[in-house]
Amino acid sequence: MKEGKKILLEHIDVPGIEKIETFRACGGYQSVEKALTSMTEAEVVHEVITSGLRGRGGAGFQTGTKWNFLAKPEGVPRYLVCNADESEPGTFKDRYLMEKIPHLLIEGMIVSSYALGVNKAYIYIRGEYFYLYKILEKAIEEAYKAGWLGQNILNTKYNLDLYMHIGAGAYICGEETALLESLEGKRGNPRIKPPFPAVAGLYGCPTVVNNVETIAAVPYIVNHGGENYASFGTEKSTGTKLISASGHINKPGVYEIELGLPVEEFIYSDSYCGGIRNGNELKAVVAGGSSVPILPKHLILQTPDGQPRLMSYESLSEGGFAAGTMLGSGGFIVMDETASIVMNLHTFARFYHHESCGQCSPCREGTGWMEKILHKILDGHGTLADIDLLWDIQSKIEGKTICALGDAAAWPVASAIRHFRSEFEAYIKDPMAINKISHYNEKYKIAGTAI
Amino acid sequence: MPEITIDGQKIEFNQGMTILEAARSKGGDLVPPTMCYYSKLKDTGGYCRTCIVKVEAESVKNPRALPKPVASCRTLAQDGMVVKNQTSPEVLEARAGVVEFLLINHPLDCPVCDQAGECSLQDLGYEHGKMDTRYEFKRREFEQRDIGDKIKLHMNRCILCYRCVKTAEQITDGRVHGVCSRGDVAEISTYIEQAIDNDFSGNVIDVCPVGALTDKTFRFKNRVWFTKPVDAHRECPKCSGKVRLWYKGEDILRVTARKDQYGEVEEWICNECRFEKKKTADWVIEGPSKVDKHSVISANHYLAPEMKNDLSMLILNPDAGNNPGSSPFSKEQE
Repeated sequence: MKEGKKILLEHIDVPGIEKIETFRACGGYQSVEKALTSMTEAEVVHEVITSGLRGRGGAGFQTGTKWNFLAKPEGVPRYLVCNADESEPGTFKDRYLMEKIPHLLIEGMIVSSYALGVNKAYIYIRGEYFYLYKILEKAIEEAYKAGWLGQNILNTKYNLDLYMHIGAGAYICGEETALLESLEGKRGNPRIKPPFPAVAGLYGCPTVVNNVETIAAVPYIVNHGGENYASFGTEKSTGTKLISASGHINKPGVYEIELGLPVEEFIYSDSYCGGIRNGNELKAVVAGGSSVPILPKHLILQTPDGQPRLMSYESLSEGGFAAGTMLGSGGFIVMDETASIVMNLHTFARFYHHESCGQCSPCREGTGWMEKILHKILDGHGTLADIDLLWDIQSKIEGKTICALGDAAAWPVASAIRHFRSEFEAYIKDPMAINKISHYNEKYKIAGTAI
Repeated sequence: MPEITIDGQKIEFNQGMTILEAARSKGGDLVPPTMCYYSKLKDTGGYCRTCIVKVEAESVKNPRALPKPVASCRTLAQDGMVVKNQTSPEVLEARAGVVEFLLINHPLDCPVCDQAGECSLQDLGYEHGKMDTRYEFKRREFEQRDIGDKIKLHMNRCILCYRCVKTAEQITDGRVHGVCSRGDVAEISTYIEQAIDNDFSGNVIDVCPVGALTDKTFRFKNRVWFTKPVDAHRECPKCSGKVRLWYKGEDILRVTARKDQYGEVEEWICNECRFEKKKTADWVIEGPSKVDKHSVISANHYLAPEMKNDLSMLILNPDAGNNPGSSPFSKEQE
């Protein structure tokens, strides 16, 4: 069986790759040499546009287009901010990348900063990743010593300073404008857009915010050209993507896949997830981190028109919200037949309730309300009307909030009810039945008496 | 001049105006209700989502409809924009949803709340809300707190509009209060329990759309609709000195800034005018105030006439059917 192309994780298993000498021996920092000495800024941007690289943080926006939008007024500094606030439940790809091969991110930051004409760049990392902060700080120090950062890099006129900033553990600070607020030292509330960060971002200056994985893909694009990168994957989803596979599979972990890989192969192939644990039946998959719609087996393996579903932006979203989902950040959560969708949804709802920033009313009030209703259902006091109420609440949150957290809280609820309504009904009618599933029985003593 | 269409009416506007500002320049029913937007302050709005409208066409250049409703207070009007507010069932539905969200954790203690009668949330609830609640859980509770010696913070009633935070930021020097915690337990707070101590802090009472920030010198003195507003002024070295006095008989019960038809302060006043000058002799009386904002102070028109007949009997006064004279609306029915 053919192994997919590895771009980001090619050298991940080389011993000592976290050190600059080893990284350099594996071809590291070549893209910086190439870009700074033989390419103009516009040429680098052009290669990224040609590559078709899409943002890996969740929204999947064209990176080249985003870079092109960056306003370039005279005499105003511009900033590049790397979003390493990876907090989407089910997503842990950036952690793996930064832990194993920190210099790849730094190399990407240098090349991207050069392309955008940035002289000060930031890596905003979540507080829980403090050990990664230390790894990256060490790598940045090495890069400064070796002359890849600082004044007159490679004896050119280009200067770049790279700073790290540690968040304090808020999910909302992964939203780009909340991240910028937090970076400025304020309360991490999302800003109201427009203006977009490309016009007024960090300290009111034009700013690009990119995910770790996006930036880490840039060195390859510069080294091998955008067309080469675009030759992998599908037409609209080029290149490779890191998928954080978790849940009831035999081999959870981070996998680099060429986009366009069939979902069925990803789940059942021994090169990837290795099938469902204990030979159980697949029940549902959350394909792109907790906020994307959950899909039942028949819809995740096949699109509504019977084609095999592929791991790509366009194939996963085929069927719209009625029958599709999104690639999101690539947090691939697999559930087997023993999983309870109601319990799973309660966990998600609790998360979004806890992480809502409280700025706009639908999200602040609605997320808590949904969690309370789900809690009530779990406690065995639910009624069938509660399902309709949940549906109504999510429809009043979705699309009506300042940032995407409202949508992220609404979609899991909407999709769970859309595809698994009968399971909610069954749970409400007979809450005791959940105790027949052993792993829930041990953990929660649910129905009958409220806990 | 660029032109925007709101609810089928064409309105000319100046470049740089938001949809809400354009609507207000025309006035009438097409103006979306607001809870957090405040025209006298910078960077307000966008939080409460009551002013959301549907954009059917973005501009002449780009006549596509926007997929999601937008906050009219934060979206710039563009030439050729077509907006639906009252005429879109989708908007009304979404707005009813927002009202419901704002009310699920609100204590609904209007009978003992000093703001009742001039409360934006009360008006909004009557105009856009539902008759009953679907929320069956415990409402969140906070301790009552004093912000300084003249202002009471009743966090239970707060809808987190951020107006007082922006007021403190923009018209007083050195903000000493802000928002702590996040999500549905976020609260307005003075840092380290520090009292607000500056000359203009009292304005946070006027900007508060609900009864979260109230005047301790007026607290529980009277219902606002029993007091009589009178415009007055005095020579004040600190502020404009233009105020509204609220009389009960011969006594001035409270002093506030003058407010316009949207309930927004016309000119900020200082604490001395607000809290210290409560004698008629302190003021030059101009005459009775006209209260434009439709609320219980000015008129009893929460319900449309046809609704008053059946709803008031059914809900507000169950006995009304047998004894029409006892209905709260009996005067108008006659």
